[in-house]
Amino acid sequence: MAGAAAVEPGAGPGAWRTGTIADFWHRHPLGAAGAAVIAAMTLVAALAPALAPYDPLAPDYGAMIARPDAAHWLGTDAFGRDVLSRIIWGSRTALTIGLACALVGATLGAVVGITAAYFGGLVDLLVERVMDVLLSFPLIILALAVVSVLGNGVGNVILAITVPMVPRCSRVIRSSGLAIRRAPYVDAARAAGYRHTRIILRHMLPNVMAPYLIMVTAFMGQAILLEASLSFLGLGVAEPTPAWGLMLKGAAIDFAETAPWLALFPGLAISLAVLAFNLFGDSLRDALDPKLGTP
Amino acid sequence: MLPYVVKRLLLMLPTLAGVALLVFVLMRVLPGDVVELRFAGESSFASKAQLDIERRRLGLDQPLWLQFVQWIEGVVRLDFGRSMWTGGPISREIALRWELSLEVAILATTVAVLLAIPLGLLAAVRQDTWVDYAVRLFSIAGLAVPSFWLGILMILGLLVAFGWLPPIEFTPVYVSPGRNLAQLVWPALAVGYRYSAVATRMMRSAMLEVLREDYVRTARAKGLWPRLVLSRHAVRNAMLPVFTVIVLEFAFLIGGLVVTEQVFNLNGLGMLFVESIAHRDYTLTQALVLVVAVVTVLANFVADLVYAWLDPRIRYA
Repeated sequence: MAGAAAVEPGAGPGAWRTGTIADFWHRHPLGAAGAAVIAAMTLVAALAPALAPYDPLAPDYGAMIARPDAAHWLGTDAFGRDVLSRIIWGSRTALTIGLACALVGATLGAVVGITAAYFGGLVDLLVERVMDVLLSFPLIILALAVVSVLGNGVGNVILAITVPMVPRCSRVIRSSGLAIRRAPYVDAARAAGYRHTRIILRHMLPNVMAPYLIMVTAFMGQAILLEASLSFLGLGVAEPTPAWGLMLKGAAIDFAETAPWLALFPGLAISLAVLAFNLFGDSLRDALDPKLGTP
Repeated sequence: MLPYVVKRLLLMLPTLAGVALLVFVLMRVLPGDVVELRFAGESSFASKAQLDIERRRLGLDQPLWLQFVQWIEGVVRLDFGRSMWTGGPISREIALRWELSLEVAILATTVAVLLAIPLGLLAAVRQDTWVDYAVRLFSIAGLAVPSFWLGILMILGLLVAFGWLPPIEFTPVYVSPGRNLAQLVWPALAVGYRYSAVATRMMRSAMLEVLREDYVRTARAKGLWPRLVLSRHAVRNAMLPVFTVIVLEFAFLIGGLVVTEQVFNLNGLGMLFVESIAHRDYTLTQALVLVVAVVTVLANFVADLVYAWLDPRIRYA
């Protein structure tokens, strides 16, 4: 889909696919590299039970804070848990939370933004004010409230991260929506007597797909980063769930001098994942919307 | 212009009122309150009667709407009241930490500007060469690397390389600039790198856009020295959106450094935030959230105004 705009006319269905991917690779080598890392990460997450050499939750009190060696490639943590296995399983946590937050946040934001643009006037004004409130509200308070009231489950972390994404997406989609609210097909739909919900969801929403997809990929990286920060603060995913941000908490700092691998590898995993999504997202934006450029 | 300014200022009020209401409700939704936590900390048995006396003293026995109204009345008079945990005036609690947070924000901004403007300029001028790719990779990596992890690595690096750790105690810059910088330059670097990434990307794309403008072509066509074309015609115009990004990020830095302050053990506003929530210090948390919201909203406003002021093409009706 990314390079669809660049498809050669007259190419067959088979050539279309390879042509598109090759074209994307040629025009956006960094984006293609990002996509490759994302694909590899997805594979690792899917095959975690087969790939991880150890149980990520099983403590081994005989091998606490073991140096990286043949038995434990990336060493073990303060409970003797294998760092590599926890990073592999942690990719599941990161991808699940990233994908869920990005999809829910961007979709809610898109619906809110389009609704505000479609109705305009008082509705627009009210929606914008509510979004302003959410935008200027510190994320940490929101996260803490959600986690204290509902507990540290993965679902609650997703909720805490999604809330601040909605206004950011709604703002972008609203401006795209304003451009199409007077489009002939919207007028036609209105003239045909369709309900507002139908016009918004079936006629307007599909026409802001490009900014929507851009927001989803941009949010993936941000959500992974936010999850890591919240878990690091103790407001995100709870022990013993393998999660990268959580692995940096506590022991990683206490033993930083004697066991630098505890701080090094989970941070690398976070950086690589977010970098991959950012690279891919940037190139996707260039491919889908050449006018926007790369800010 | 004036009607626009007035309208924008008036629109801030409902936003801030919404923030106030939201934080007020959220704090009271959190389980436990400041009284329970304080008596629990003293590990002595406290009867319900004792707790009630303390709640009455803090005004927590009154109906919620009345508490809210009283709080807002104070805020309107710029009186945030007293901290429920320490009993001290909130304006003083915040003033104590404000200095550190403001200084880190200023230092980080300096780091970001010093990195972003030359790098963004270079990448744009050498578009699609290895220089451009290197700068883009450097800046996009800045967005990917968690600044708290970068902080951990810095501390680790200093420890391994020099056997030295930044001082933990805050020394105001007017007491000892050396000690002050020795502590604060590291968090400023860790945060400034990330911050520079946003600004570098903005600088690069703004420059690319400006370099395609007619007036740049005209300047080149009339044989103006290339360096003057860049400095006098291109950079000046490209700085506008970069300036906006810098102002908005600066506002974010004032209250948003919660995780970095934890890593570097800095006693700034972010740390105060975490403590005040942990203590269920309603009045202090509410005041902090409002301060952060005001800074954010004002920064947005200032960015828009300055933008319009610097760019005569933009006119607000």
